[in-house]
Amino acid sequence: MIPEALAGKRIAVTGSTGFLGTALVERLLRSVPGCELVLLVRRGRMRSVEQRARREIFKNDCFDRLRSELGGAAAFEEAVARRVQVIAGDVGTDGLGLDDDGRSALASCDIVIHSAATVSFDSPLDGAVEVNLLGPTRIAATLGELGVAPHLVAVSTCYVAGNRRGAAPEIRVDESPFWLDVDWRQEVTSARRLRADAEAESRTPDQLERFAAEARRELGAAGVPLLAEKTEQRRTAWVRDRLVEAGRARAASLGWPDAYAMTKALGERALGESRGAVPVSIVRPAIIESAWSDPVPGWIRGFRMAEPVIISYARGLLREFPGVPEGVVDVIPVDLVVGAICAVAARGPLHSDGEPDVTQVASGSANPLRYQRLVDLVQAWFGAHPLYDNEGQPITVPEWSFPGRGRVQGQLARSLRLLERGERVLQALPLRGRQAELSARVEEKRELAERALGYVTLYGAYTECEALFGVDHLLDLDAAMTATDRRQFGLDPRVIDWDRYVQDVHLPSVVQHARVRTEPGRAGGESRQQRLRRQVLSSERQMAAFDLENTLIASNVVTSYAWLASRRLPREDKPRFVADLVAEAPKLLRLDRRDRSDFLRHFYRRYTDAPADQLGTDSVELLSELILTKSFPAGIRRVREHRALGHRTVLITGALDFVVEPLAPLFDDIIAAHLSVTEDGLYTGQMTDVPPTGETRASALYDFAARHDLDLDQCVAYADSASDLPMLEVVGFPSPSTPRPACRPSPASGVGWWSSGRRPPAGRLPSCPSPPAAAPAGSTREPPLGLGRSA
Amino acid sequence: MPRPGFVLEVDGSTPPLLFHSGEGFRLEKLPAGRSRVVYPAEPLAPLDDVDGAIRAALLAPLGDSAPLPDLLHPGMKLTIAFDDVSLPLPKMRRPDIRSRVIEAVLDLAAAAGVDDVHLIAALALHRRMTEDELRHAVGDRVYDAFAPSGALYNHDAEDPDQLAYLGTTDQGEEVEISKRAAESDLLVYVNINIVAMDGGHKSTATGLSSYRSLRHHHNVATLEHSRSFMDRHRSELHHSNWRMGDVLKAAGVKVFQIETTLNNDTFGLEALRGGGPLGMLQKREWEWTARDRAAFVAMQAGLGRLSPKNRRRTFQSWEAPYGVTSVQAGEVDAVHERTLEHVHAQHLVPVEGQTDVLTMGLPYICPYNVHSIMNPILVMCLGLGYFFNLYRGRPLVREGGVLIMTHPTPWEFHPVHHPSYIDFFEQVLADTTDPTEIEARYEKQFAEDEWYRHLYRTSHAYHGVHPFYMWYWGAHALRHLGQVTIVGGDPRAVRRLGFRPATSMADALEMASDVVGREPTITHFHNPPILMADVT
Repeated sequence: MIPEALAGKRIAVTGSTGFLGTALVERLLRSVPGCELVLLVRRGRMRSVEQRARREIFKNDCFDRLRSELGGAAAFEEAVARRVQVIAGDVGTDGLGLDDDGRSALASCDIVIHSAATVSFDSPLDGAVEVNLLGPTRIAATLGELGVAPHLVAVSTCYVAGNRRGAAPEIRVDESPFWLDVDWRQEVTSARRLRADAEAESRTPDQLERFAAEARRELGAAGVPLLAEKTEQRRTAWVRDRLVEAGRARAASLGWPDAYAMTKALGERALGESRGAVPVSIVRPAIIESAWSDPVPGWIRGFRMAEPVIISYARGLLREFPGVPEGVVDVIPVDLVVGAICAVAARGPLHSDGEPDVTQVASGSANPLRYQRLVDLVQAWFGAHPLYDNEGQPITVPEWSFPGRGRVQGQLARSLRLLERGERVLQALPLRGRQAELSARVEEKRELAERALGYVTLYGAYTECEALFGVDHLLDLDAAMTATDRRQFGLDPRVIDWDRYVQDVHLPSVVQHARVRTEPGRAGGESRQQRLRRQVLSSERQMAAFDLENTLIASNVVTSYAWLASRRLPREDKPRFVADLVAEAPKLLRLDRRDRSDFLRHFYRRYTDAPADQLGTDSVELLSELILTKSFPAGIRRVREHRALGHRTVLITGALDFVVEPLAPLFDDIIAAHLSVTEDGLYTGQMTDVPPTGETRASALYDFAARHDLDLDQCVAYADSASDLPMLEVVGFPSPSTPRPACRPSPASGVGWWSSGRRPPAGRLPSCPSPPAAAPAGSTREPPLGLGRSA
Repeated sequence: MPRPGFVLEVDGSTPPLLFHSGEGFRLEKLPAGRSRVVYPAEPLAPLDDVDGAIRAALLAPLGDSAPLPDLLHPGMKLTIAFDDVSLPLPKMRRPDIRSRVIEAVLDLAAAAGVDDVHLIAALALHRRMTEDELRHAVGDRVYDAFAPSGALYNHDAEDPDQLAYLGTTDQGEEVEISKRAAESDLLVYVNINIVAMDGGHKSTATGLSSYRSLRHHHNVATLEHSRSFMDRHRSELHHSNWRMGDVLKAAGVKVFQIETTLNNDTFGLEALRGGGPLGMLQKREWEWTARDRAAFVAMQAGLGRLSPKNRRRTFQSWEAPYGVTSVQAGEVDAVHERTLEHVHAQHLVPVEGQTDVLTMGLPYICPYNVHSIMNPILVMCLGLGYFFNLYRGRPLVREGGVLIMTHPTPWEFHPVHHPSYIDFFEQVLADTTDPTEIEARYEKQFAEDEWYRHLYRTSHAYHGVHPFYMWYWGAHALRHLGQVTIVGGDPRAVRRLGFRPATSMADALEMASDVVGREPTITHFHNPPILMADVT
């Protein structure tokens, strides 16, 4: 009956790039052969809406089943081309941002299914307001302007009921006895003003100074452009945090678990008030998870709400998560939600006056899954199918103790504070080797703690929610179905066998999507390190640029100066010389942290009146006594490997030319600092040009590459300290040689190459606090497990 | 009267035996009834008047040679070459015998009015000696007189302008040595013959030569056919050097050879009288006094508390109180035969029959890690190269037998001294441990590498090809042995060498049973002090 009811209908769908939207499009194409679809897709920054639709919707494995049922890719393409029209639009702007074609396409629709939403549970308040609160209203308004009144099916969430215990029936939000009559228009105005206020406040001199100081603390003396970029990142992040916090606070004050649920609830209310002639049905799913049976069991898109928590638990990272053991975790497979939406669309508006009717798609009241049961199932499953750590050892999952949320949050917050402090201390120290690994580990730990706290803050309310969502309307829909409909559009939560669902359907799918190790033993095939090594030592690379200090040798300009200057001192004068230098060390360090070039300029004054030829002779001894003694053999071998491959090798260093002169045979070129010499053969202590540090390194590399006709995208750079960031950023294959946090340039974080067996820096796991998780309405984000450019 | 070396049969009453193990020691019990220990001889009595003996040797040379004063005349070019830092081991307490000999030669030269004198450290492809090391070898007086003017220096085997090509042997081996030495009217070579391998024509033909020349005898085929290279008459290595000596003679290079021998007083003769910090190392275990035992325990505890770096420094600072047992000078062959008699008198210990399992404790030093780190390649070279070859007749261990060595074998390299070793270990050994294959596939690339050449010439690095020679040094043993186990070594490093790591002697013996059966005969080679097994 459903296919017949929808046959010949044009159906508009928003949010089709999301989890739910994709499944919906697939079902309509597969099970309702007679319908046509109009997909409202936001313009991408780089791609047209057609390209976006192709990449982000139809390429998904969701369509594999349909593709094979139709008899191959060509037939599928043809069907999509014939039945699907993609129009550019955005529910976040008034008038939906439609052009004339878009408007007429929308006007031709018989049904509009609105499933677009701001997906993340911690989105900034104003963003959630624009999309979740105003989105449905904007659609109704646009339809009104177009003079049409198709059936609008708006997807909301069960959690509009708010934090409460007991029954939450399928009624309009404003019909609930607990409804606080909040003026949604007022909320919209306030959210927008909060954004404006935060933006203004973030630009006050005090704040900007603070962001700049933080950027400097993180990056060190990385040069003006990078620091500016970091400062601006800090500022926008601060504004965002303010608005996220504002959303959380406002939602909590009104009794919702988060801004997502609050804006959805207000959105329902707004739609009810301003729908005009448009008849409305509201579908409220609970927590949407992987498919029970359609298109295939376990189908899931993106890393959703429960997955990061489950995976963190399976990896032994998350040891406690709040929740009530006998509480209900209201999970609903995505295909049941899709079935319900189709059934509602086929049925049409329930009320003849078009007043919104409500259908909840939830399992809690009809077929509850208890939190205790879920945990037992997860624990048993990972006991039988453990994940494996980097050493190929199975990870034992921790016992779950069902602590209260406050306790967990308190514990996590405390350990986070400690780790942050530890990290700051470690960042301030000039570390390398083992100590730097420690620093990286502390940072990793801190990130884990931060992520765990993020999960707990975000989702804690959901595992503690004790509301029971009524599903009478849903069951009515089921009762009206034929057997064929039930097969194609099943929506009855009572059919779910939770043991089977968790263990045979959901967890295997989650583990597969998380790309975690499920096999014992050493990594099959190439390890990450081997892969990186192969990449940088590929014959396609053209150049390898090396920093000196802490990359090739564990020494610095001060040490080499001390060696050269004290070499010819009488023995009795040496202690005094050393004492003087040590006394000045704090000042030098301070200067170095502020600006590397200034430091060098200041420090090299010491060479004033030093005889050039004598230093030239002494520097040969310096090679054996200091440079080679402190060298990293693996680093030197890497230089030679590059050279053997025909790559141009270049040493870029702020050290003085005569100091690095004995290294000349190792490199094709050396870019170093030069001091001018008087006619008498004495150094003046003044540099002839800007030393290659900080951003000068980047431009030096640009110039060098241009002069020798090299492609920087095919270049490798090895460096370690903050002043090397610019150099790492301009090349295609940056390779930070120690895992210090400060030298993680944005796109790529190659792992250091001489300390084998070290753990790679973080970046393999989904990061928080902008969890890759999503909201019930579906996310387009893939799990960010990739490695960026170096992957 | 010093007691000769001898073979002890291990029985139930034999105390645990001392095994050197790098910068430390182990005490190990060997199974009674089927184990034996080969002990070195006690130090021979030294010469009372060393300077007198030197002078006597210079004035009454051996073989077909005129006394040294007769060979010196004004206006002549005189070059004095001397052994480098690889000899003796450990280094000798001052005055080093080389400085005494050189001073005597210089006295005669001065008396004869010779003023064109060069002193060259004959280090072949070894690392350049530092100022301190040169001062130790030749003495401060000589150093200060010659070094500032550039007349005392290290041989540079990679300076094409300073090498002279002298032709080939009848087997096509090219002979190339220091130009200064070749063009001198007289070349005086000052040796310290710590083992039977040293000296003879090898001194000049190897010590002052270049890679071009060395590769003819420092290769796998030659060394596999040197059985052993400590036995000059059965050593292909020496035969090749002797042929080169003939070429030198034919080319008019006049060599006045001076060879000196030292006794076995490595850790302090006073030990035998109950004194000296390392006293017990010189003694047989069952003769250890309560005081020796206490000192040993205290030393072990003290060493355990030192960092590896300080432990190394402590050991490397040891200077042996060797006594000089002979000085002979004159024509190369005659001198060398006499020298061998003296060396054998100190080192040779008769041993009857081969053994299934040979055990040895490797000490902290070998010729190539003076003031440096004994890296895994040197561990291999010391055990399978030097110690294994300290035999005459046949190897102590039977063919297909097992060698068990004790050494910590850290995965550690001296970045200044051994740069090419690091790459050899990381690249070459990761690929193969077969000497022939290594020689064919990698030697040339390392030998001609510009960076290694640069470091050999300007820094203090062994030549790029040197780690290959270390490996070839063990080629004969590698072919001969059925299994090699290192007790107490870094397992990763030991495996990289192609050997088997074991944590205890008991484990190692257990592992050996796979190869030599359950009740093998075991022989412990109690060295150092140095001994050479005369196996019948």
